Formats: sequence, C-alpha cells, structure tokens
Amino acid sequence: MKKLLSGNEAVARGFYENGGRVAVAYPGTPSTEILENMVQYKEKINSQWSPNEKVALEVGIGSSFGGARTLVAMKHVGVNVAADPLLTVTYSGIKGGFVLVSADDPGMHSSQNEQDNRYYAKFAKMPLLEPSDSGEAKDFVGLALEISEKYDTPVLLRTTTRISHTKTVVELKEREEHDGLLGFEKNPSKYVMVPANARKRHPTVEERSIKLTELAETIDVNRVEMNKKEIGVITSGIAYQYVKEAFPEASVLKLGMSFPLPINKIRAFAEAVETLYVVEELEPFIEEMIKAEGIPVIGKEVIPRCGELNVEIVRRALSPEKEEPLTTEKVDEKSLPSRPPVLCPGCPHRGVFYTLNKLKAVVTGDIGCYTLGVQPPLSAMDSTIAMGASIGVNIGLEKALGIDFSRQSVAVIGDSTFMHSGVTGLMDAVYNKGSNTILILDNRITAMTGRQENPGTGYTLMGEETREVDLEALARAIGVEHVRKVDSYDLKALKDVIREEMDRPEVSVVITYNPCMLIRRKKFDIKKYRVNEDKCINCGICLKVGCPAVVKNEDETKSHIVESLCTGCSVCAQVCPKDAIELV
Amino acid sequence: MNEVKNILLVGVGGQGVLTASEILSEALMLEGFDVKKAEVHGMSQRGGSVNSHLRYGQKVYSPLIEEGKADIIFSFELVEAMRFSKYLKEGGFIVCSNEKIVPNSVYFGTVKYPKDPAAVLKEAFGKSFYLIDAVKIAEELGNIRFANVVLLGTVSHLMKISDKSMKDAIGNMVPEKTVEGNLKAFQRGKELAG
Repeated sequence: MKKLLSGNEAVARGFYENGGRVAVAYPGTPSTEILENMVQYKEKINSQWSPNEKVALEVGIGSSFGGARTLVAMKHVGVNVAADPLLTVTYSGIKGGFVLVSADDPGMHSSQNEQDNRYYAKFAKMPLLEPSDSGEAKDFVGLALEISEKYDTPVLLRTTTRISHTKTVVELKEREEHDGLLGFEKNPSKYVMVPANARKRHPTVEERSIKLTELAETIDVNRVEMNKKEIGVITSGIAYQYVKEAFPEASVLKLGMSFPLPINKIRAFAEAVETLYVVEELEPFIEEMIKAEGIPVIGKEVIPRCGELNVEIVRRALSPEKEEPLTTEKVDEKSLPSRPPVLCPGCPHRGVFYTLNKLKAVVTGDIGCYTLGVQPPLSAMDSTIAMGASIGVNIGLEKALGIDFSRQSVAVIGDSTFMHSGVTGLMDAVYNKGSNTILILDNRITAMTGRQENPGTGYTLMGEETREVDLEALARAIGVEHVRKVDSYDLKALKDVIREEMDRPEVSVVITYNPCMLIRRKKFDIKKYRVNEDKCINCGICLKVGCPAVVKNEDETKSHIVESLCTGCSVCAQVCPKDAIELV
Repeated sequence: MNEVKNILLVGVGGQGVLTASEILSEALMLEGFDVKKAEVHGMSQRGGSVNSHLRYGQKVYSPLIEEGKADIIFSFELVEAMRFSKYLKEGGFIVCSNEKIVPNSVYFGTVKYPKDPAAVLKEAFGKSFYLIDAVKIAEELGNIRFANVVLLGTVSHLMKISDKSMKDAIGNMVPEKTVEGNLKAFQRGKELAG
C-alpha cells in the first residue's frame, strides 16, 4: 500500500515494521512527530516522553541492554544534552538494535543554532545514515537496527527539517518481529564502563570502525549514478534531491551511509569524472574527510555553510555562468508588514510579559512559546541561550553585578523546560545563596512543539493518567522559602507579586498558572470581549498587549476586537484606561 | 517528459493552509503522481505567516519550489499573496481568498497594511489573479469552515485535477458529517474558475 508520509511518520513506521519495541524522546522541532506517530503502534511499541534528552537516551540504553529494538529521537541541540551517555554507549555497545534519530534544523526554522550533528557520528565513533526522502527514512530505520545489532553499536540516523516535515510517497510493509535478543544477561565487562573495562572496550571500538568502513564501501545505499562525466557530485540527505533536479545529467555518488566514509569508492568516482564537487548542507563534514585523503574536490568554496540549500543555490554554485537573471518582482515586498509568529489569543504568557515590560525588568529567558516575549510590543526578554539556561544566566549576572542588579532582574522559564533542566539551576541559586527571582510559567503542557505531555501534566504519551510533579512542593524541597502562585490573567496580582519578590534579597519562585488555550483534552469557558466605541479614545494601549485579536477598526479611529479570535482572557480589558473593553 | 507542477499554498497560522495542502496532495497521489509536500510546523502559535510547498509529476526531486516557478499561488490572505507573488511563474495563476488579516506589527513598526491589496494584485497580475469571496460563499453554505474547500474547488479546476480524486481526498480528510457541505463548497469553487 502506498501512503504519503512525512519523514517523521516514516521513521515511526519504519521502527514499527522492523520489530521496534521501545521508543523514547523529549519533544523538539523538527523531531516531535516521530514519537507522536509511534503511539498508533502502542500494541507493539512502548513509547514515552522523558523529561529531557539525556534521560531519554539512558532509557534507550537500558532498553537496548534488555535486548529490545530501541529508538531514541531528539532535535539536534537535544543531542548536546544527551551527549554524555552517548559518547560512552558507543564504547559499551548495545544488545537490542539501537537507533538515535537526530533531527537537525538547517535554516533554524525553530532552533537557536544550526549545528551539524553529523559530527557526533565521528565524535562518538558511530555509523551515520542520512535519508533523502520519507521512503529512505523508513528503510534506513530498518537498516540502522540491522547494522546496530550486527556491529554492536548505536547508529545515528540524521534527518533535517526538509526530510522530517516533507511528505513523500512511501510503500508500507507488514511488521516483522525481532524479539530474539530479549532478556538481560549480566556482563559487567561490557556494560560497566569503569576505567579498566572501558580501556578494553576502546580498541574494540576502533576495530569496529574498520569493519564499518568496509561495510560503507559495499553497502548499496552508497551508490554511484553514473551519467555524463563533466560533473561528478558527492552528496547526501536532502542535498541529493537538489543536485538531481539542478543537474539531471551529472554523475552522482549518493551517500546513504556517510560515516565512516567509503574512501575507495570515492577515489574511484573522483577518477571517473572531470570536476568533482561535494554538495552538503551546513558543514563540510564529508568534504573535509575527502580532502584529508588528498582527493581534489570543490565544496564550501562555492556552497554556502549557512542556512538551507535549495535547487537554485546549488545550480548557481556549480554553473554560475549559465544562470538566467532573477525574475523582476511585481510587488514590492518591502512595502509589506511582517507577520512573525506571535503568542496566541488568550495565551497565559501575555500578561506576564506585559508586566515585566512595565517593571522594566532584565529578563533572562528560556526556550518555549514564551521566547516570543522578546518581540515588540511585549519586548521583555534579554537573553535566551539553551534549555534551562535562564536560571544559570540569572545567577551569573547577580554574581557579576551584585544584589542591586538582581533586584531588577528575573529568570523566566516554562514548566516543561524547568523540569527538563531548570531544576538544577534552581538548586544552584539556593545553594549559592542567591537573591534571584524565578518565574515558572506553568501552562500545563509542552506547548511550543505542539502540546506534548510532560511529567507535570498528569498524562503519559500513551494517553494514560499518571502522577503530576508538584512544582510548588519541588521548589520548597530544594530549599526555596518563598514560593508564590499567581493567576497569569490577573495583571495587578502579577505586578504586585513580581515586584515584591524582585525586591526580596533571597531566592523566590513565582509560579504563574493557567493552561495553554490549545490543550485538546481541556474544556475552556470561552467568553468574548468587545470595544465600546463610545468609550474608546483610540489611545492604542490595548494594542500593546500584542494580541492577534486586538486590532484597529477599518478607518483606524477605534480599537476593535476580532470576535472569532477572542478567548475572553481579559488582559486587554484590564489595561484599558477608559474601561472601554466590555464582556459581550 | 517529466514535467513537475508547483503549487505554493500561503496564509496565516490558524486559517487551515496545511489542511488544504494535505487534501490537495492526497488527491494528487490518488491521481497517480509522485508528490512532495514541504512545510515547516511544530509551533503552536496562531497568527504567523505559513506556507506549504506542493510539487507533483512523474518524478519529483526537490520538495521546495523555486522563485518564479509556481504554477499556482493559492493564498488564504491578501498580503500573504503579495508577499509570495515572486514565486509565480510567467503564465501562472494566483487564487486568493478575499481576506485581510492585519498583523499586530503594523501598530508598532513603520510599515502599514496596504490600503487595497486586491487592487495591487489585480494591477500586477491582471486575469491571472482570481479573487474569491470564499468566506462569503461558505457563509451562504452555512459553515465558514467550508471556505478552504471553495478555494480548493477553484485551484483543482485550474490544475485539471480530476473531480473523483478531489472528492475522494475530501471524503478521506474531513469529518463525515461535513462531507456533503464540503462537496457543495467544492462545486461552487470549481464554477468560479470558469
């Protein structure tokens, strides 16, 4: 049967078809839908969200040690969080097939950097597969599990946004069971990586790398598509598609397995073509290894390192002389207003950032929907680095600039991000006697990635009810004496409580609560507000809450509320100096 | 010959751009084409600019449409049609819903929402620009959610996608009790394409 599947759906399907047993992840764009789509196979596959990527990877290691075919998925920066166990499980090796999916985000559609995670394959000494469409994404999961079990190694399957979020036609197959390895056998010299054991494992890893190189030379996913000899291109992943479209007559060496590199195959290909290029997105990962072998090749001299590639970029890079001029624009794009993503109507974060803006606070921020608090008109975020970093950065600013500075500053972190990696920062603040004010924006969901359950929501990925983390009790247990909860739609309470806690020369935690309006399983009591035009003086203050539902009327003489968008959160009504915004 | 057709769907988060793209791509697969559909999602926010690249033919490589190569720009909002109009090829069509959604950014920046974007598009693209009162038609049919299917009717007619595939795809994708209404909306949209 044929079906249109995204790369993420295809990875889930591939894991199902190839006897997958346990799948673990922390959500992160563009990887999230892999686990969301795993749930449909819950009869066979045990799937779960872990609190962060490191825990997810460790759960995966345990599952593999128990002999189950295992998949762990995360976005590129998530692998940084999981890097510690990753770089040792490549020493110990695995038992049940183990595939780590890293979904990279060239172009940073929804990420803070565009690191190229193929380097992790080299760094951790694990084989690397790079699918070029959904069909390959599905097949490569099976291939990865096979290689993993045969060579006793985790395998890195690296996708990118244009693989993860592109639907292509895929042929579905039935599931095959692979339960032959199930069961845990004690084997400390393999599973206990104390120095004495790890020293013995390291040479094994090096021998494995040699065998994997032999595999790369012969494996059919590393294939030559011989055509005209003028141009030869070595490529992988999504870049293969751009090359094929831009240069249908070029000869291509497509690397489905791009680490270890099949150097003999590459050398033979180089000798068979006149000019050899490497076309790869982001870093010169393949190119550097080819050049190190002394094979002449053109790569990043003409192909950009920054951002995504596309057909046009590849065509212009490889044949600049032939390019036709760009079409003339019939509409002046610069005359158009920008339309960045914004906090939704009714978002419980809006009032918090409106308040922080009014308090002129220095806000160390974090990663989630609420990072949008940086944008005008809310304009209330001053740093964002990584998951959980808001608290550490806030502590550092206080260490550098003293308590007076700290009185003007808060850290802002979401519930899911706090449990991911903010808890340890909070311990630091208490332990090192800070005076930091930490706002936990608790919207009862991991919202930014599309509303996933987390340890605070009371539900698992598989839809079962479970215990909820009590954030207030957790903060108290860490030693925070001043923990306060505030209704995030109550602007006066927000302002009073945050001001008080900023002034306090001790660590305090303010939990602002109200659920994300988009949580599917919750029922919301939606009210509607409207502008009483007799009272509205067109001062524009209500527009400063930055709500998509609050606009001006057609002739821009009054404010207007788009009824279909309004959820009745009342934040705009609270800021109106003339009480002109009324309940319908 | 391997001719690849390109449809670029654009609009504002929450308008149903991705669902419309889903229906179209399903219909094209039923027609027997190789299909690729690329978009960026994962963010829950409503109100940002959204686009979906849809390509089909005997064999499709790149999932992304190049500037100046779209056969159709299928827009749910007027300014978004303007923003992406550079993707249109000579001889291509713009099918646009007669909707204006003003972003909050206009109140704080220097760039205003254009006074009459439909007039600008008509001026620039003439008969290649189809302005569809999709929301009004959907209201007449009793459910404003049918608006996207009105537009799909127009687009699929211009792309010569068979009725059967479109109707099968709509039937597969929309809730069962709305199928009949959606098919009426589809018919109305088709008629508008002339």
